[in-house]
Amino acid sequence: MLEIKNVYKTFNAGTVNEKLALRDLNLTLNDGDFVTVIGGNGAGKSTMLNIISGKYIPDSGVVTLDGLNITKMPEHKRAKYLGRVFQDPMMGTAANMWIEENLALALRRGARRGLKWGISNRERALFKKELAKLDLGLENRLSTKVGLLSGGQRQAVTLLMATLQKPKLLLLDEHTAALDPKTAAKVLQLSQEIVEEHGLTTLMITHNMKDAIAYGNRLIMMDDGHIVLDIAGEEKKNLTVKDLLDRFSSAGGGDAESNDALLLSK
Amino acid sequence: MAFLTSFLNACPGAIGQGLIWGIMAIGVYVTFRILDVADLTVDGSLATGGVVCVMLLRANCNVWLAMLIAFIAGALAGLVTGLLHTKMGIPAILAGILTQLSLYSVNLWIMGFKANQPVSVDKYNLLVSQRYVRNFKDLSETLAGMEGGKFKYVVGLIFQNPIIVSLLFTVILIAALYCFFGTEKGCSLRATGCNEGMAKAQGINTDNNKILGLAISNGIVAVSGAFIAQYQGSSDINMGRGAIVIGLAAVIISEVVFGKIFRNLGLKLFAVSIGAVIYYIVIQFVLQLGLRTDFLKLLSAAVVALFLGIPYWKGKLPKRKKAV
Ligand SMILES: Nc1ncnc2c1ncn2[C@@H]1O[C@H](COP(=O)(O)OP(=O)(O)O)[C@@H](O)[C@H]1O
Ligand SMILES: [Mg+2]
Repeated sequence: MLEIKNVYKTFNAGTVNEKLALRDLNLTLNDGDFVTVIGGNGAGKSTMLNIISGKYIPDSGVVTLDGLNITKMPEHKRAKYLGRVFQDPMMGTAANMWIEENLALALRRGARRGLKWGISNRERALFKKELAKLDLGLENRLSTKVGLLSGGQRQAVTLLMATLQKPKLLLLDEHTAALDPKTAAKVLQLSQEIVEEHGLTTLMITHNMKDAIAYGNRLIMMDDGHIVLDIAGEEKKNLTVKDLLDRFSSAGGGDAESNDALLLSK
Repeated sequence: MAFLTSFLNACPGAIGQGLIWGIMAIGVYVTFRILDVADLTVDGSLATGGVVCVMLLRANCNVWLAMLIAFIAGALAGLVTGLLHTKMGIPAILAGILTQLSLYSVNLWIMGFKANQPVSVDKYNLLVSQRYVRNFKDLSETLAGMEGGKFKYVVGLIFQNPIIVSLLFTVILIAALYCFFGTEKGCSLRATGCNEGMAKAQGINTDNNKILGLAISNGIVAVSGAFIAQYQGSSDINMGRGAIVIGLAAVIISEVVFGKIFRNLGLKLFAVSIGAVIYYIVIQFVLQLGLRTDFLKLLSAAVVALFLGIPYWKGKLPKRKKAV
């Protein structure tokens, strides 16, 4: 369903800060795949997601989604196919707007926005129902400004926004990294429930190896701008953190330093 | 005592002026607070509105049609700024300055290369005029000795007063904006100003929204310019100079005075209008104290700079951490 073919991306080309962030990246996702993505800092994980979402356009290579070439499609146009949750809880929501307004915006992702009223009462009922599932007490706070919520609550709302209009592909970029461990676990579990409920194809970047093993049906590891490990099925189920580190070294990826970076965040 | 009487005497004028410039301030609010863009087109588009309206009136155009065309002219100016900003990647402030500068020539052109053009309330049918700002006295006298047939005359007097007319227009404008920002389109515009990344992720064409917001804002500003020109009985090439600072002052005064009480957008916009009135009353007060009018711009800029700085200074104070 998603196909990334021979994608290259260089930042600040021709300057001293030139950085090859993606080199010959290739990835094919199947319908319903829940793929966890790991890799050291600067491996190119976020850049890969940003290439898919259209925040960046690749220098070369092709990205297709369900047969549609989206390589150069503007970010706001392809948004209708994608649900996104970012690392920074501030990024996914409009802080000055109410919870229901944020959700109403998300419900219209991909639709034409005209001069009809921004929210209907029927939608409010839907939002209440969906918020109640988050089990954070937000269903009674529809007209609270999102800016007043905690980081975890905001990520949960963003997650709901990403999936209210069922996306073809859900992109989660370390969306629990900024949360305390307990909240992170809660948001991760919510993510899992939502993905399963809708059978969403998902790419989830995480810095936590245990989570990467515990969640999803497939695990990929990135290093230096491309994928160095791709493990699925039974093999992934039986994976341990130690296996992963061994496989990482033998895959040729990574020096001692990035191994440490991975270990530190296991 | 003499000071107080002459100050009170000047108050109706200050209120009238404040309400009319308050319309401009509402336009500034749309870009500055809702779209989160500091748009300097305003100084030019305000004059454009005045100039277009006056020239049309002088050509015996209907006053309502002249106002509508003034709105469109202002909206076009905003459109240009929007295009410079979004399609040519020019920073918003610079894009506004470029449009503003070019409007100076355009406005002169519209006025037939004269620096000002009169539009007398004796000769033309105007919506507002400074002359009638204190006609409340006539009104009360008429009401006191009112007989049957005078009703029409009283209504005429009421709608002759620029304070009433501009207040009425302000209320209608706020109602229209309130409705618009509640629509799907309006909500997407607010999201664009609040968090552009999120707006894009939700499929919103943020470039188009910025252009639309700038067009609406400058259209409103131009309508205010059209009112100002009628009110003072002429259009002037320099009538918009410093308008953006007055607009910002009104917005900031409104937030300082009403920020804690008004949460609803409609009330916030109304507060901006009151902010402009307060601004003009304060100016009137300072003038009565004996300040040279030449120092007004310096004073306004200093006050705005001060209030713009307050949130920054507040941010530097140690904050209590928010629970996650
Ligand atoms: N907008 C950008 N401008 C310049 N360099 C960037 C930009 N985004 C990412 N990079 C660089 O590209 C490399 C990959 O970054 P990223 O994809 O964010 O890594 P990660 O795997 O940690 O998410 C890093 O070296 C990073 O510094
Ligand atoms: Mg990253």
